[in-house]
Amino acid sequence: MLSTSDAGNSRGIRVASEPDLRRGSEPVRVLAPDGTAVGDTDVGLGPDELRAALRWMLLARRLDRECIALQRQGELTVYPGFEGQEAAQVGSAMALGADDFVFPTFRELAAALVRGVDPVRYLAYHRGTWHGGPYDPRATRFGPICIPVATQIVHGVGYAMGLSLDGTRACSLVYFGDGATSEGDFHEGANLAGVFAAPVVLFCQNNGWAISVPTERQTAGEIHERARGYGFPGVRIDGNDVLAVYRATREAAERAYAGEGATLIEALTYRIGAHSTADDPGRYRDDAEVVAARANDPIERFRRWLEAEGVVDDATLAAWDREIEDEVLAIREGVVAQPPPPTEWMFDWTYADPPEELAAQRSEVLGG
Amino acid sequence: MVAALNRALRDALRTDDRVLVYGEDVGRSGGVFRVTEGLQAEFGDRRVFDTPISEAGIAGAAVGLAFAGWRSVVEMQFDAFSYPALEQIIDHVAKMRERTRGRVAMPITIRMPAFGGIKGKEHHGESPETYYVHTAGLKVVTPSTPDDAYRLLRLAIADPDPVIVLEPKARYWVKGEVAYDVDGPGIGEAAVVREGDVATIFTYGSMVSRCLDVADALEGEDVRVRVVDLRTLSPLDTGTIARCVRETGRAVVVHEAPRTLGLGAEVAARIVEEAFDFLEAPVRRVTGYDVPYPPAALEHHYLPSVERIAGAVREVVAY
Repeated sequence: MLSTSDAGNSRGIRVASEPDLRRGSEPVRVLAPDGTAVGDTDVGLGPDELRAALRWMLLARRLDRECIALQRQGELTVYPGFEGQEAAQVGSAMALGADDFVFPTFRELAAALVRGVDPVRYLAYHRGTWHGGPYDPRATRFGPICIPVATQIVHGVGYAMGLSLDGTRACSLVYFGDGATSEGDFHEGANLAGVFAAPVVLFCQNNGWAISVPTERQTAGEIHERARGYGFPGVRIDGNDVLAVYRATREAAERAYAGEGATLIEALTYRIGAHSTADDPGRYRDDAEVVAARANDPIERFRRWLEAEGVVDDATLAAWDREIEDEVLAIREGVVAQPPPPTEWMFDWTYADPPEELAAQRSEVLGG
Repeated sequence: MVAALNRALRDALRTDDRVLVYGEDVGRSGGVFRVTEGLQAEFGDRRVFDTPISEAGIAGAAVGLAFAGWRSVVEMQFDAFSYPALEQIIDHVAKMRERTRGRVAMPITIRMPAFGGIKGKEHHGESPETYYVHTAGLKVVTPSTPDDAYRLLRLAIADPDPVIVLEPKARYWVKGEVAYDVDGPGIGEAAVVREGDVATIFTYGSMVSRCLDVADALEGEDVRVRVVDLRTLSPLDTGTIARCVRETGRAVVVHEAPRTLGLGAEVAARIVEEAFDFLEAPVRRVTGYDVPYPPAALEHHYLPSVERIAGAVREVVAY
């Protein structure tokens, strides 16, 4: 899958080569890339949940591609795709309990779907009709879409500190990328999480690229190993293996519920598409790397295993295809039907009680 | 003033069990200026606690704690040490209410010792108010007396929105009567602290007492100058500013911060917009200079002195 530098620890020019599971230690895995079991597949998901996981992944991919189309058609502003990361997002989001709270980046639409966020409201963000929280973050227990890199890590830790203070048996989960681990806020958040034994899951989707910079130029070490320095466990998993993702996240959440504090999960995955619709990965990335990543598709891997196990069959998959087509069409229609927001929204939530000067500026725009 | 601030924190912790006080050295030590002394002993280390040296972490944790329904009162140990937290403050603390269309408020109070005048080391005498005033979604207050320190801090903690409280460190040890209530001028209201009719000095924080000294000195020359303590730098009390200019016809703005784009620029602009026809002289600014805050040995050349301020008042009166 993943990074394909000419040598494992090369600092030189990247040369595409055989698919490689990233330099460094082997990730924990349940399913091999070809869909055969290499670990204990009983991760606590029954047949219905296993089917649901695959269906979420299929829906997420179809919707992701639709969003890119919508951007091309001028219906969305710049859109950050996540193709290739479906297992990492769906597996982790499914592992959380109803009371747990997610703090996302801007690339977690699949996780948002699983957590019950209305995709039309979510996509209001990319429609450009509102900022990070067009849905209700408290009701959905899914924080605002967060653009400033790594800042949401500290929010997730603070939220978890609040859970501890309240004695609530729940955790927060923070998504971030490999690039975010270079930010100071990653360090400050992780350090606070360790010091306060915060019930938080720090979930790094290491997708190999932070826009144009590969992971090995973000850090010379392994991300999961940093956890030791903060005083809590870190684990590297195959992020394209939904069962491994589910199990690791579930274990981390259970640790959090039990008062044992934070866990860092480094899920190795791959950003098959561009950083966003405004990005051209051809400028910095060899196509051969993407071809290799496609051969390591998280959905295919899981589907093969489910079929071999007799959990899904062709008829089910065909029925889902039709349902998903309809669902995505409905989402598309909901998105394009969204009107621009009323002008007064620009002023209405800056303060609880707008100061006089702001009220005057509001009148200046609205008249009257 | 330290005791008044301490009492405000204590009363807030007593009144609202969702209030938390945390920051660097605020727990066991009671804070480097002793503002939080005794609070951990009284309220326990769950509600009053020390954090790692981690300003972005402190501000970011306050955001997460607000999502979880907690009301954080955090301390930045010194003005210049608040800068690592600016990304969290500007991108999230200030904007979360707006980003979530009012669904998630940020009732966060960020206290910090501010301004110079104590012959401190570098990075210990900054006037960071413009950074915060320029950020929509924040309120910025600065008290000049122990009485107002109690009131403004209580009001800041109770406020539904984030408030930056700039505590003039040169005034920490000043004594004064404290009413220990929150009646009186609120956030957003300036206070006329000395009456006068020929000119108005607009100032705040550590410079208020100096401007009162100026008013005393000028009285001997039969120049009765009004002094306004702005108290709240955001939102500015434009009504009081305009009224005082209409009544006195002349204005001098005094602050420690560098002149360019300091608060004086905004006050002067509002005077021109709201009371131009009443001006009998150009608005004058007496401020710090556009240089980094100087070493202790040069501090007195940088800070607006009684002489500089009085000179500016004489100038606008004679114009």
